[in-house]
Amino acid sequence: MSPIGTATQPLRVAIVGAGPAGFYAAERLFKETELVIEVDMFDRLPTPYGLVRNGVAPDHQKIKSVTAVFDRVAGNPRFRFLGNIELGRDVTVDDLKEYYHEILFSTGAQTDRPLGIPGDDLAGSYPATEFVAWYNGHPDYRECEFDLSQERVAVVGVGNVAVDVARILCRTREELMKTDIADYALEALSNSQVKEVYILGRRGPAQAAFTAPEVKELGELADCDTFVLPEEAELDSLSLAAMANADRADVRKVEIIQELSHRQPSGKSKRLILRFLVSPTELIGDEHGHVRQMKLVHNELYATEAGSLRPRATDRTETLDVGMVFRSIGYRGVPLPGVPFHESWGVIPNNGGRVIDITTKEPLLGEYTAGWIKRGPTGVIGTNKPDAAETVENMLEDARAGRTLEPSHPTAEAVTSMLDERQCRPVSFDDWKRLDEFELNRGKAEGRPRVKFTRIEDMLAALRS
Amino acid sequence: MKVRNILATKKGHLITIDAEQPVRKAIAMLVDNRIGALLVMDSTGKLAGILSERDIMRTAATDEALFDRPVTDIMTREVVVGMPQDDVIAVAHTMLEKRFRHLPIMDEGQLIGIISIGDVLKIQRDAYRGEVDTLETRIIAKGEE
Ligand SMILES: Cc1cc2nc3c(=O)[nH]c(=O)nc-3n(C[C@H](O)[C@H](O)[C@H](O)COP(=O)(O)OP(=O)(O)OC[C@H]3O[C@@H](n4cnc5c(N)ncnc54)[C@H](O)[C@@H]3O)c2cc1C
Ligand SMILES: NC(=O)c1ccc[n+]([C@@H]2O[C@H](COP(=O)([O-])OP(=O)(O)OC[C@H]3O[C@@H](n4cnc5c(N)ncnc54)[C@H](OP(=O)(O)O)[C@@H]3O)[C@@H](O)[C@H]2O)c1
Repeated sequence: MSPIGTATQPLRVAIVGAGPAGFYAAERLFKETELVIEVDMFDRLPTPYGLVRNGVAPDHQKIKSVTAVFDRVAGNPRFRFLGNIELGRDVTVDDLKEYYHEILFSTGAQTDRPLGIPGDDLAGSYPATEFVAWYNGHPDYRECEFDLSQERVAVVGVGNVAVDVARILCRTREELMKTDIADYALEALSNSQVKEVYILGRRGPAQAAFTAPEVKELGELADCDTFVLPEEAELDSLSLAAMANADRADVRKVEIIQELSHRQPSGKSKRLILRFLVSPTELIGDEHGHVRQMKLVHNELYATEAGSLRPRATDRTETLDVGMVFRSIGYRGVPLPGVPFHESWGVIPNNGGRVIDITTKEPLLGEYTAGWIKRGPTGVIGTNKPDAAETVENMLEDARAGRTLEPSHPTAEAVTSMLDERQCRPVSFDDWKRLDEFELNRGKAEGRPRVKFTRIEDMLAALRS
Repeated sequence: MKVRNILATKKGHLITIDAEQPVRKAIAMLVDNRIGALLVMDSTGKLAGILSERDIMRTAATDEALFDRPVTDIMTREVVVGMPQDDVIAVAHTMLEKRFRHLPIMDEGQLIGIISIGDVLKIQRDAYRGEVDTLETRIIAKGEE
């Protein structure tokens, strides 16, 4: 066998999942100078960028410019994007092993964590994941329906996703018009009856997972007054003590929350109320099985042995009238067929990105992981860069040591014919750039940054035109 | 960020030693596995303590016969234990303040892993790096928000 990683036999790598983790991994692989490396990047959607396209809020356009970094990676002649090809549907892990020396799974976290309380499944109770994917025009979620005729809404969880959901619900049509929100969502939200939105945190202001700029923005909405209850903005003694060690960003976050607790209503048409130290215990429905109320218990904090402050229920309870509930308590990875999976954490078990067997803990030859499916659904886009770099270091170390798969058809052409035989028509990066151009032009016509295609058929039809 | 995000990218292979084993064996295990602490188990398989490089150094300074003594004699008995849902930032402060470098993690009564101060530092460093990177992108980007 000829050495791998040379011009005659490049190291062939499959990356499954074209989100930030996949792109940062490819970027790092191409920085390697000693080995010749070819990357095929698969995604189940015809469009690349993962949550940068389908998660990041439409009113946060600037952050999406990170795609320019990803486009540079895609411009490498040894890179191919194979969009609209799903692992598990179109190809299996065993298939990939016939074509690649190394396989990297960077499929992100596709689903939500349930609340696990009675009434969670009532009509009008939705996972934030679906709402986010819907307003961003993810083809799998465009048909979702949200009952925006309700006036009062609760969003459970105080992470940045909860903030996104609440903010989108409270934006005006004029504000949303300037974004690339899916056009059906723009229409639905323009006719929304939502007047009051609660964001519910189970711990105090100091433990809120959202970041300072995000909560500050909630206080600057065009037609929505944002409040915090003064008694809930105060820090308890344990939190106060912990603040002595807090970094600047957390201090600022608490200051912003306390500032919001001094606000007076200014007569705007919507209200956003940030609540702390409360946990939902039950959703109560009406005779049609539609959520009408949420039972809350007030919490107090206690310190664990290792020093974190956790919520503990008190005997104080409260009932909130709400007609719609979004649970935003974190994303969750889904298992990939043929790949080990850690059920309780929703990740692929790994050691520094090397996929390991769940029982023996031994690494599986040629299989790697990066991003949210590796470490869990946490961190901003950039966090996936060091994460992917760690994995790629291990991939390179293994490749140099000859610890790779031994594919029978290690060429790009062989992959093309395999997909051809299965009548899979991958969307290339050039195809995507054409779609991108179409979307930008459609946006220009409407004075918006872009108007997205939200159906796979429409994307494919546009490419044929 | 929670402790489980650290554990997710570690092998999760628990390296333990029986409390009655000699320190000599413990040192060999530390060296072979390139780690800084061992979990010490009692005869019923429960966590009895933790044996760190520091425990060994502290004893070695005064006791030359240390190699043949049982681990139980020199280990740290009062072990602070963490949970997967602990906040990394809080754990970091506790480890710094109480001056220990290894934290065994229990989940529903089961010992599931151990994290070191190095692991805590690494995940925080990567989070900061990521935030800086993302902030830069946002600042450099043209156009309005
Ligand atoms: C609602 C929301 C808003 C966010 N906003 C911000 C923000 O403003 N700023 C910020 O810095 N970070 C933000 N983040 C965080 C950021 O999006 C993530 O850190 C990042 O996207 C994770 O990258 P990833 O590559 O691991 O996963 P993803 O981005 O989810 O990418 C995974 C990719 O894998 C593909 N895939 C999945 N399964 C398969 C399969 N079987 N076969 C083929 N392909 C598959 C998916 O289609 C997807 O394209 C946000 C996250 C969310 C959820
Ligand atoms: N603008 C941005 O930069 C941006 C936007 C969106 C997302 N992101 C990033 O994407 C990542 C994911 O965001 P996320 O909001 O999904 O997750 P997250 O930051 O982990 O927040 C999850 C929230 O849900 C709460 N929670 C969990 N279980 C709960 C329960 N059973 N009951 C009540 N509350 C519960 C958590 O509280 P506890 O802390 O008490 O567990 C926490 O407040 C984050 O790193 C985030 O910063 C960034």
